[in-house]
Amino acid sequence: MAKTKFLVSRYDAARDTKPYLQEFRLEIPQGATLLDCINLIKWTQDGTLTYRMSCRSAICGSCSMKVNGHARLACKTQAADVVIDGAVTIEPMGNLPLIRDLAVDLEPFFDSIDRVKPYLVPDESRQWKREMLQSHDDYRKIEDASTCIMCASCWSDCNVLEVDPRFLGPAALAKAQRFVHDSRDSDTIGRIEFLSRVTGMWDCTHCAECATRCPTDAKPLFRIKELRTAAMTHKITNNNGARHVLAFRESVGGTVPGIGGGMLNENYIPVRSVGFFNLDGILSIIPVGVRMIIRGKNPPILPHIIDKFGEVRAMFRRFNDYRKEYRK
Amino acid sequence: MKYALYTGCVAKGAGRELMSATVYAAERLGIQIREMKDASCCGAGAIQEDNPLLADALNARTFSLAEEQGLDIMTICGTCQGVMRTAQIKMEHNPAHKERVNAALKRDSGREYQGKVKVKHFYQIVEEDYGLENLVKRVTRKLTGLKVAPFYGCYVLRPHEYSDTKVPDRPDYLEKLIAAVGATPVDYAEKQKCCGFPILMPNKANALQLSGNAMIGALKAGADVIVTPCPLCHLNMDSYQPEIEEMLDRKINMPVLHYPQLIALALGANLDELKMNTHVVLPNEKLLEVVNR
Ligand code: SF4
Ligand code: SF4
Ligand code: FES
Repeated sequence: MAKTKFLVSRYDAARDTKPYLQEFRLEIPQGATLLDCINLIKWTQDGTLTYRMSCRSAICGSCSMKVNGHARLACKTQAADVVIDGAVTIEPMGNLPLIRDLAVDLEPFFDSIDRVKPYLVPDESRQWKREMLQSHDDYRKIEDASTCIMCASCWSDCNVLEVDPRFLGPAALAKAQRFVHDSRDSDTIGRIEFLSRVTGMWDCTHCAECATRCPTDAKPLFRIKELRTAAMTHKITNNNGARHVLAFRESVGGTVPGIGGGMLNENYIPVRSVGFFNLDGILSIIPVGVRMIIRGKNPPILPHIIDKFGEVRAMFRRFNDYRKEYRK
Repeated sequence: MKYALYTGCVAKGAGRELMSATVYAAERLGIQIREMKDASCCGAGAIQEDNPLLADALNARTFSLAEEQGLDIMTICGTCQGVMRTAQIKMEHNPAHKERVNAALKRDSGREYQGKVKVKHFYQIVEEDYGLENLVKRVTRKLTGLKVAPFYGCYVLRPHEYSDTKVPDRPDYLEKLIAAVGATPVDYAEKQKCCGFPILMPNKANALQLSGNAMIGALKAGADVIVTPCPLCHLNMDSYQPEIEEMLDRKINMPVLHYPQLIALALGANLDELKMNTHVVLPNEKLLEVVNR
């Protein structure tokens, strides 16, 4: 079998000003994982190659790295599957300070988890006579988020973290969902309020990198959507993100008269989202409005009503029934 | 070839020029389209967060409307495409969910989604059903010399489990179209990233920074224009470009074309027919030179 080119990112702060790719050549043994290959390179070619690993079975979360540009667990990846034109590129995770070669400083990631109170807050006023039982349905709500192995793959590829390190990030939000929906937790509202602040759940841009890279069922984007559903259901909507969702409901469902029917009212969305009485917010959306009017790009003033809108209105009239009937 | 055209909200609102280009391109290619005037908004992910079952029922209703006509659906918005396919795949994978959706839909609108209709973006139709080689035959104005940066938009690529793109980490359909119309595709790191549009309301600075990074990436790679299959990416990069330029303190001047606009230009459309003067960023010198040659 031909040898595969492994282009591995190297960096030693004592010597290098910036990381560079070093080429190794290795014949991939049959069935070898990417981690097996990296180990072989370290053991037979360059003992100074630095990276994290432990379990080799996709459970400890240590071995995440960028493979051809995207975060993956090296031990959960068949090496042969990621070879492109005879080569595979291996780099450290993104959005984290580099320590050496493929090893990054995970502090910012773990700090983000700490910020969401990653523990149950029981109701202290209650007289506990026995353990609090969980029904199967209770468990289903928190099961997916519980599978997180803290590998930080999601954090590495998150598009918002690339532009704003203050963002809570995917794993912390997934962790938060696990507690918001836990029937034993007493701080549901407090949690949702905290998560509704800037840098929280509404700052996620749906890039879906986290849901794509996550090696478990935790899939943060889907958990973030569940958090947002919880915020809407508990009516914690005093922020631009939640008001934006309300604007959809009101214009598509026609639940506010004259705003729309079946389609989005694009004139209404920005004003509703920043809040009707938020002067700064309203001022901030004027320039784009003016630019669009100048070009004739502004949406028609009269809201568009679809044919057969009655069918859609009938659905929105049963809004709460739909919420009750939904099963994850 | 005939499809039920699902316009989405933007092509009827802040991106009406997308509609003009779609009609022009489809007509010249000989693809028949019938606009679905009775379809609702897909929910764009927002109604999905407010009320997941209602959102899926809204889309199931749209699917049943097309099934009634016996036509497959053509979308022209990357976000609609991703959201509608997600609803479809969720129902495919979870028959109990599909049953719940249909029970509610039947109760409130008397309809039922059978699961037959195909939902495809215009780009998939051009590539898979129509054939780029057939498009090439109809090109009357080769866009030679124009360097075009593809910008995919998240929804047609990720999450992978809900994407129809063959190798979603290395998509190439935009590059192939760009080459087919005689232009040159440019490669840059941001082409598969998020434009930031979904957080324009909750966090404008981040939203604009994301689009800014993408456009600077394209600019550095030598692009004259950007092309995108998602009108929301277009809105963020086009309508907010003056603010982005101010924020980054640099001139960008990057026209952002809708996918069908690039096709229509190659089929001979002039800029007025395509209402390109309704873009906030007007055609730049290079684009004018190529089109007026
Ligand atoms: S979907 Fe949201 S949380 Fe996940 S990676 Fe993208 S921006 Fe980050
Ligand atoms: S959510 Fe998924 S990708 Fe993120 S740390 Fe947990 S297991 Fe890793
Ligand atoms: S080594 Fe433990 S997850 Fe890969």
